[in-house]
Amino acid sequence: MLTLHCPYCGTDADETDLHAGGQAHLKRYGPGSSDDQFEDYMFMRENPKGVHFERWRHVYGCGKWFLAARCTATLEVFGTYPAQTTEPPPDLRAKISAKRPGWTWGDFA
Amino acid sequence: MSDPISALQGRSTAGEVTIREAGLCGMITLRGELSNAKLRAVCKKITGQAFPEKAKIALGEDRGIAWMSPDEVLVMLPYAEVTDALAQIDSALAGQHYLAENVSDARALIHVEGGFAREILAKLTPADLHPATFGTGDFRRSHLGQVAAAFWMVDADTFAVVCFRSVADYVHDLLVASAKAGPVGVF
Ligand SMILES: [Zn+2]
Repeated sequence: MLTLHCPYCGTDADETDLHAGGQAHLKRYGPGSSDDQFEDYMFMRENPKGVHFERWRHVYGCGKWFLAARCTATLEVFGTYPAQTTEPPPDLRAKISAKRPGWTWGDFA
Repeated sequence: MSDPISALQGRSTAGEVTIREAGLCGMITLRGELSNAKLRAVCKKITGQAFPEKAKIALGEDRGIAWMSPDEVLVMLPYAEVTDALAQIDSALAGQHYLAENVSDARALIHVEGGFAREILAKLTPADLHPATFGTGDFRRSHLGQVAAAFWMVDADTFAVVCFRSVADYVHDLLVASAKAGPVGVF
């Protein structure tokens, strides 16, 4: 079972208290963007073996969306952080680097 | 006027642990900026309780404030006083961004009373109910079986559960089944 710490209400939420929201840190392209940009935003997703960033909603708890960094190969959770951010916080990235040297994900490393 | 009727009309299933619907309970969902001094003051005025910290509940005899989310609290008070309390909130927060709604008839309050009340809930929710983690004053939103529920401890042997009115029957039966199955003995 997956347990994620909700950064809003501070509780350790079980997988069944959560709703998965897909990939984190998507940049939205709408009106005025090119076809390629829109296709990228709409359909193209990371599919890593290893470090991954996801959106989760604490749906049975406080109801808030948050972001999580975890490893798709081992299910290790590196950390969670509020959704009001455009990139993973530096301390979390350092923590991941210590455990998975040389990791990359999208534009992040 | 028709008389207000609680979801299970006080249904009580007695046993080593008794599952009892608590009858009519006034509940107000209040959303807004929780650090707002006016919001805190009106909650205090209505309930007589200090504003709860994150994931906590402030409880009095028949009133309380439960922390629901970073921008929501559940204000509990006697059923008959809700209309007046809403008017107090509306006048205290006039012109501000907030929402206050009477949800008394949309919810059910069920008490779990007896020696292994903690285990009855622990069998039904993924929340960690170990005594070292969850005690008096803690408040948790999670699910019981298939449905959303919030719960807290009234005292060492009593838990209170709030669920949606439409699933009150299910929650009551679920708690009764868990009680009938007996204690597990892990705590
Ligand atoms: Zn939460």
